[in-house]
Amino acid sequence: MEVAAAKALGAGIAVIALFGVGLGIGNIFSSLINSVARNPAARDVVFPIGILGFALTEAVALFALLIAFLILFA
Amino acid sequence: MAVEEKTIDALSQFELVPLLGPVGGSVNFTQSNGFMLLAIILISALFVIGMKPRAVVPGRLQALAETLYEFVLGLVTSQVGEEGRRYFPFVFTLFMFILFGNMLGMLPYAFTYTSHIATTLTLAILVFLVTTIVAITIHGRHFFGYFFPEGAPLWLAPIIVPVEIVSYLSRPISLSIRLFANMVAGHVMLKVFATFVVLLGSLGAIGVPLALLPLSINVALIGFEFLVAFLQAYVFAILTCIYLHDAVHLH
Repeated sequence: MEVAAAKALGAGIAVIALFGVGLGIGNIFSSLINSVARNPAARDVVFPIGILGFALTEAVALFALLIAFLILFA
Repeated sequence: MAVEEKTIDALSQFELVPLLGPVGGSVNFTQSNGFMLLAIILISALFVIGMKPRAVVPGRLQALAETLYEFVLGLVTSQVGEEGRRYFPFVFTLFMFILFGNMLGMLPYAFTYTSHIATTLTLAILVFLVTTIVAITIHGRHFFGYFFPEGAPLWLAPIIVPVEIVSYLSRPISLSIRLFANMVAGHVMLKVFATFVVLLGSLGAIGVPLALLPLSINVALIGFEFLVAFLQAYVFAILTCIYLHDAVHLH
């Protein structure tokens, strides 16, 4: 039973990385909104870069999630 | 779904099952391979049938085919430059294969072949090999200058060179894990919320109205997953383009 408890705790600890990812994604989109609001003409240039940054940051969250799954089920 | 035991069984959807009876079993032809073949047939059909009319004013299929073509062409030329046109077929094939894999996986009872690391790592290693070979054929020996940026002080070399080499070698790993983890996480999330609906619904009169909540979340998640399905194909293609840009121009 202790192993199961340790697995649950470990999976919970593994997703602490989402703290940083949340900050990062919020930061990306706040900057994106900021730049589009300042210069609406730049929207077509800035938007793909923002989406790329979002996807790269989200990948970090998924790495953490993957570790959590590995701890829980593997 | 394992409702009888009242547990959430989210990972069994990724299990491989051999198709086509004993013949398929003997060569390990799984539903993953089946869906890859289906994707290839659908992609070929879209472009062969869609582009058949060659109309000046495109019909629906032709408009779809042209939009996808121009989207990826714009991606390649804006990232790699005009000389990147020769790599367009490679990037376009990768993009369409991943896009159809992700999108087919969103259909009920379908299997997402991009949710297996074997598939995505193969694609990522292919990208890694192609970019490295392109860089070496274009630049020869100068390719190794890539690991040490010009103008950096020489005494920093023992730090910079290993870091650059590690970051170069970790490209296929991050590229494959990003796609695979996105697909797995998305489908697990859908399955978990779908199981909530069934578990709550089995509670009787109190449960059924409560089950509407995870059901509506699941509807929104399906929409989000379609976005992710497209986005991950786009990200894979754009990162391939960025690596090709590095290979062609060396920084």
